[in-house]
Amino acid sequence: MSALEPGTELEPQEFVVRRSDLVAYAAVSGDQNPIHQDEAIAHAVGLPGVIAHGMYTMALAARAVAIWTDEAEVVELGCKFTAPVVVPADGGATVRVGGVVKSVADGRATLALDVTCAGEKVLGAPKAVVRV
Amino acid sequence: MPIDPTLVGREFPPTRPLLVTEADVASFAAATGGTTTRRVPATFPIVVTFRALLDFLEAEQVELARIVHGEQKFAYERPIVVGDQLTATLAVTGLRQIEGTDILRTTSTITDATGDLVCTAGATLVHRGDK
Repeated sequence: MSALEPGTELEPQEFVVRRSDLVAYAAVSGDQNPIHQDEAIAHAVGLPGVIAHGMYTMALAARAVAIWTDEAEVVELGCKFTAPVVVPADGGATVRVGGVVKSVADGRATLALDVTCAGEKVLGAPKAVVRV
Repeated sequence: MPIDPTLVGREFPPTRPLLVTEADVASFAAATGGTTTRRVPATFPIVVTFRALLDFLEAEQVELARIVHGEQKFAYERPIVVGDQLTATLAVTGLRQIEGTDILRTTSTITDATGDLVCTAGATLVHRGDK
């Protein structure tokens, strides 16, 4: 576990997202939106291809937070979904979650995250607040 | 078809309860890059929140494939644990319409079997109309 002090850079975590993960996630989350599984439908609604559920990417960000904080209690979690994570049929896509401790006060640490895929930010202002 | 702007301010009926089982938590964790740990994953409440969204889309005859997630926030009152029975109640809190696209803001309050607040989930949903 990294020391949660203001300014601490958290070790980036990388996760590979495959289409089979999206199928599994759709089943457990109930989000069977076909844009996350079906290339033709994704194209039909103007997307570049099958994209990961935004909540899938957010779940990876939360997992990184859990790794960094030894599973501290999360009190707030939020982000915007600014760019799609396009998941090709072969191999998948790699999502990288970095972060920095912005502040620690009143028993809470605020982490500013940086979530990218192929060098492009995919989440806007991702943030987590955990109890410390 | 655009979303009806008079929906703003309306609260929809609560979802049917979701029992948080060890098996579902394990499946959720496994699907999102890891294994079961001592905590339920932080984004797990999306399961019942999504149920509320589906009920809303069905009631308003909106096609899920036209919805893209714009923003999501969770504020937790306490950690979710296996055995919780969660219900989500969705309210429409805002709507902007720009060139055939609806930008819908919703707040779902997630309560447990005793009616206590567990988590508040705020979402922005982008609905692409069929132009």
